[in-house]
Amino acid sequence: MEPIIETRDLNKSFGSFRAVSNLSFTIGHGDVYGFLGQNGAGKSTTMRMLLGLIYPDSGSVFINGTEFNNSRRHLLSQIGAIIERPDMYGYLSGWDNLKIFAALSDKNIKAPRLHEVLEIVGLKGREKDKVKAYSQGMKQRLGIAIALVHKPQLLILDEPTNGLDPQGIAEMRELILSLSREHGKTILISSHLLHEIEQIATSMIIIHKGKKVVEGKVNSLLNPDDSLVEVVLKPTDDITTKLASSAYYDNIAAFQPDMVTFKMNPAHTPALNRWLVAEGLDVIEIRSKHSLEAYFLSLTNDSVIKN
Amino acid sequence: MIQLLRIELYKIFRRPRTYISFGIITAIVLVIQLAMLSDGKSFLSFIMSGVNEQFDIQGNVLNGYLVTYIILQSLLIHIPLLVALVAGDALAGEANAGTLRLLLTKPISRAKLVLVKFTSSVIYTVLLIVWLAVVGLFGSLALFGQGDMINLKSDAFVMLLQHDVMWRYMAAFLFATLAMTTIASLSLLLSAFADNSIGPIISTMGIVVVITILSNLELPLFDKIKPYLFTTHMIGWKGFFDDPIPYGAIGFSALVMFLYTVGFLATTIFYFNKKDIKS
Repeated sequence: MEPIIETRDLNKSFGSFRAVSNLSFTIGHGDVYGFLGQNGAGKSTTMRMLLGLIYPDSGSVFINGTEFNNSRRHLLSQIGAIIERPDMYGYLSGWDNLKIFAALSDKNIKAPRLHEVLEIVGLKGREKDKVKAYSQGMKQRLGIAIALVHKPQLLILDEPTNGLDPQGIAEMRELILSLSREHGKTILISSHLLHEIEQIATSMIIIHKGKKVVEGKVNSLLNPDDSLVEVVLKPTDDITTKLASSAYYDNIAAFQPDMVTFKMNPAHTPALNRWLVAEGLDVIEIRSKHSLEAYFLSLTNDSVIKN
Repeated sequence: MIQLLRIELYKIFRRPRTYISFGIITAIVLVIQLAMLSDGKSFLSFIMSGVNEQFDIQGNVLNGYLVTYIILQSLLIHIPLLVALVAGDALAGEANAGTLRLLLTKPISRAKLVLVKFTSSVIYTVLLIVWLAVVGLFGSLALFGQGDMINLKSDAFVMLLQHDVMWRYMAAFLFATLAMTTIASLSLLLSAFADNSIGPIISTMGIVVVITILSNLELPLFDKIKPYLFTTHMIGWKGFFDDPIPYGAIGFSALVMFLYTVGFLATTIFYFNKKDIKS
C-alpha cells in the first residue's frame, strides 16, 4: 500500500534562512506520526507545505500517491488540519464556526454529523456559546471538530496541546488515541511535549535545523538503554576518581561537579543509587528522563551530551 | 462560489462593527441636515450672494435635492474610508485573526476566495451607497421638501427642474458605486499584502488623499498624468448635475475606474495565489 503522505526533497528558504532542507519522509496509513524538532526546526513550515499554505522552493508532496499541486482541491478534501492555534471567528458561536467550515469542505454535511463531531470532541451542550467565550481547551476541541467534520482520512495537528492545562493535555491525548484506534485516522502530530508524543506515536521523525535527523517506528528507535539518568550530587574533590574507577564510567553522558548524567536503562537506577551511597557520595536527587526526551536531546542538543 | 459568497456575507453581517459604517453615515448626514435646518437659509444666501444680484430666484431653493448635493460633497473622503474599513480587512483581517490558514486548508481555490472577498466588498459598498441614498436623499426630501435644484459651480450656475433631478441622483449613486468599487479593489489589493487590517486601511486612505491632492494641484507638471489618476474621475458623478450632461467625460471616467478595478483585482489574485501563508 502506498503511503498516505510522501515528501521528496522538500526545500524552503525565507530570505537567507533555510527553514527546510532536502526533507523526505513517508507516513503510512493508520500511523500516528510524531513530528519532532526544536522551535524553529521547520516543523510548522513543513506542515504548511503539506497543506499548500507555503510553497516549497523545490521538492514534492504526494498524498495517497497523487502530487499535491496536481490535485490540491481534491486532496485537501481528504485532510483535516489544525495549524498552530485553532483560531476561529470569535463573534460567532461554536456551531456557526463548525457549520461554516463544514460547508467549505466540498461535501454535503448535515446537522446530525455536526452533532456527532461535537459529541466526539466533548463540546456537546456548549455549541451555542460564542467562541470568544471558550477556554483554550474548548477552542482546541472545536478545532479538532472542524478538522474532523468532513471525515478526512488524514489529520494534521500542529501543536494541538499548546496552551492546555495538564488535564486538557491528558484529554487531548485520549481524544487523539481514540481518533486513531476507534476512527482509523492517520494522524501527523507535532508537539513540544515529548512525553505526550511518546505515549501516542507509532512512528516519528526528528528534524533539526530543517533537516531530517532520524525517522522510523517509535519501538525500534527508542531503546530504554539509551535513556538519560541525571544524578544531582553534593560536589566533592574525589568524585571524578570514584567515577573513573567505577563500572558506570562508560555510561557517563555528561559531567558537571554537581550533576552527572548517565546513559542507561532507568531500571538500573536503584543499583546506581546504592553504589553512589556506598562510595560516600551525597545524593541530592536522581531523575530519569523519558526515553524519547533523552533520545531527542541526544540528537538535537549537542551541549548536553558528552560525545 | 455562491456558497462561499453566502458564507462571506454571513460573516460580514454577523460582525457588529460592520454596522458602524452605517451609523457613521447616518450621524454625518443628520448633522448636516440639522445644520441646514438651523442655518441653511443664511448659508444659502451667502453662497448665492453673487447670483442673487443678477437673478431673481423664487420658490423652495433650500430643498432636499440641494441639501443632498451638499451632503455628497462633504462625504468625498468619508465614504472611501468606510469602504476601506471592510475591504482592507477582507484578507488581512483573516490573516490577523488566524482564520486565513484554516480557510485555506479547506478545498477552495485562492482565486475564488479573492473573488468572493471582492464581491462581498462590492455588495457592502452598494448597501452603503443605498443607505446614503435613503438617509441622505430621501431623508433630506422629507425634511426640506422638493423643488428645482440649483447647482453652483465656480464658473457657472445650473438650474435643474424638479422633475429632472431624481434620475440624475440615481445615476450619480450608480457612478459613486463604481468609484467606491475601485476603492474597494485597491483596499483588497493592499489587504493581500498585509497580515493586519490597520495597514491596508491607512494605506488606502493615504493613497486616496495623496492622489486626490495630485489630481487637484494646478501645476503643469501633473497635467499629463491627471487624466489617468482614478481620483480625478471619482468626482465624475457631479457631471450628472450639469446641463448638458458631459456623457463622454463621464463615460471616460467610468472606463478609467473600471480598468483600475480590474487591474487591482487581477494583481490581488496573482499575488495572493503565490503568497506563502505564514500568519
